[in-house]
Amino acid sequence: MSDTVGTSQIPAASPLPIATSSLEGLARRSEAVAIPLAALLVGMVLFSVFIMLVGKSPIDFFDIMWRGAFGSWFSVQNSLSRAAPLLLTALCVALPARLGLVVIGGEGAIVLGGVAAAALGWWLDGAPAFIVIALMAIAGMIIGGLWMGIVGALRHYRAVNETISSLLMAYIAIALMNQLVEGVLRDPASLNKPSTHPLAQAYRIGSIPGMDVHWGLAVGIVACIISWLLIEKTRWGFAARIAGGNVRAAQIQGLAVGPLIVGFTALGGAFAGLAGMIEVGAVQGSANASLAAGYGYTGILIAFLARQNPLAIIPVAILLGGIDAAGGLIQRRMDMPDATILVLQGMLFIIILFSETLYGRFVIFNPDLWKRSA
Amino acid sequence: MAAEIGLWGVPLAILGGAIRVSTPFIFVSLGETITERSGRINLGLEGTLVFGAMTAYAVAVETGSTWLGLLAAAIAGTCFGLFHGWICKFPKVNDIAIGIAMMLFGTGLAFFFGKPFIQPSAPHLPAIPFGFWSTIPQVQAALDVNVLFLIGAALSVLLWWAFKNTRAGLIIRVVGDSSDAARAMGINPNTVRLLATAVGGAFAAIGGAYLSLYYPGSWNERISSGQGLMAVALVIFARWNPLGCFAAALLFGGAGALGPSLQSVGVTQGYYLFYATPYVLTLAIMIATSSPGRSLAGAPGELSITK
Repeated sequence: MSDTVGTSQIPAASPLPIATSSLEGLARRSEAVAIPLAALLVGMVLFSVFIMLVGKSPIDFFDIMWRGAFGSWFSVQNSLSRAAPLLLTALCVALPARLGLVVIGGEGAIVLGGVAAAALGWWLDGAPAFIVIALMAIAGMIIGGLWMGIVGALRHYRAVNETISSLLMAYIAIALMNQLVEGVLRDPASLNKPSTHPLAQAYRIGSIPGMDVHWGLAVGIVACIISWLLIEKTRWGFAARIAGGNVRAAQIQGLAVGPLIVGFTALGGAFAGLAGMIEVGAVQGSANASLAAGYGYTGILIAFLARQNPLAIIPVAILLGGIDAAGGLIQRRMDMPDATILVLQGMLFIIILFSETLYGRFVIFNPDLWKRSA
Repeated sequence: MAAEIGLWGVPLAILGGAIRVSTPFIFVSLGETITERSGRINLGLEGTLVFGAMTAYAVAVETGSTWLGLLAAAIAGTCFGLFHGWICKFPKVNDIAIGIAMMLFGTGLAFFFGKPFIQPSAPHLPAIPFGFWSTIPQVQAALDVNVLFLIGAALSVLLWWAFKNTRAGLIIRVVGDSSDAARAMGINPNTVRLLATAVGGAFAAIGGAYLSLYYPGSWNERISSGQGLMAVALVIFARWNPLGCFAAALLFGGAGALGPSLQSVGVTQGYYLFYATPYVLTLAIMIATSSPGRSLAGAPGELSITK
């Protein structure tokens, strides 16, 4: 990790090794896999201790978790469905992170994207399904992109801290959603749980053929691949990495740092807004308070676990989707509160962040140290 | 006579609400001021606040004493602060990210252990009826001032004085402005930050205890509406000055009380938007007070959030 100098708060993932031999490249790459895996393992051991302290069996816990998450075809499909929005909300954190920004308010883009999509779907009722679904997706992305783009613009042009502003914007977005859902957009038929008018059946997003998982999963995976290509294979991605490492150097090089920051935060927000649209179109059928289910916050954890690498987000989101899916089963079978999953997530999060300190310390992973010790 | 105050009820309810709602802000922001003055930022205070609320409520239910509950919350908050302070001393560990993780972890732990305490009711912290001279119930209600508000007010004056005039205050300021200068003085910055974060955690947990033991005075999973985080923004607005924190907390409390007070006189339009007032106000203040090209006046030099 040679590129963590400068003002970047987030160590950039996947180093650019000018590998002189394949062995050195392999050593560097395996560090990026071995340390997170070891950290996950340590996190699980610590969580086992916690489970024992509250008088339950960690073996039962992980057994039930495995069965609830990936133990059967049914649970695998459930986990994959839950992973779909997480893929997109993790991108909302990972893309700005490339520029050294910690954006944590993806929840706001989800709820507003969902409300925009639901309102449009109701307004366009009667139009061809293909067009309506496409317009709903575009509306969700535009609203989400604008919402998070504001965070990026405030960061660059007014130096407002993006972590706090994005979170405040999330609270404002949820209040806005409540106002709209209880006010002008409310379906009078929704009594106990105020919602927008339900989408016509034709506008619902269906399942991927052969499995009971909605198309949101495919959309999320494609979004991750696009983001990876953007970061690794285009000049914008390269410019963002430079700006993330050292803003001054980027400006001296003539890079347009402002548009880069606004663009990356807006793209992340657009993905989160798309997640909201998919939740409405595939799961809820209308926009209501269930949109603020914490996907934005789990997305933060996933992005950090994946070390802000969009391709790594795919397996991590599926893993976290599985943990999420197993929550209900753990609650019923082990008689533990639903917050158990939250404790596990928090523990893993802390351990993963702590493991950042280990990079570059182990001789085996760092060819630079081979020569020094020889 | 009593019911005849009409629209005067709005400013009165806002005043009373400001005192009630501001108290957790005062404590969290004073705690965060100490932490940030030492050069670290703890975004995890939101988690500490929720855990403090749960601990105080649980202990008060079990022992029947609100003061023991308050003490337990402060101890729990100190532990959270010590943990944050310890883990952040390692190189490459990002204090902002750890704060986010601690937020998740603290909230999770609080919900985990707090489940059995949602039903039972705990005793409340005492209040001092400054409205005794009036026969109007609204005035009496508005001037029923809780003890923690008064303690918070006293603490903000004390801290303001201590930062300027005591050796401990000087040490915290030096560490916050320059680690190198601190080391040259023979001070270990990590130790000072550890202690400053621990004190910050204790304050935040007391702020949480106020939520569960006085207003709204019950424990549930929606006890906090982001006070722990807004307080962090409030510290920036207050320019790391304890007296400013007190004034800003009152302002935020008033903003938070706006919705309910309008509702009490029959204005129900846009209720949810009024609910968002404190967040909009925080954001507006941050936009107004930040500026590119120069660092914030009064900002500790080592603070990562203003770099």
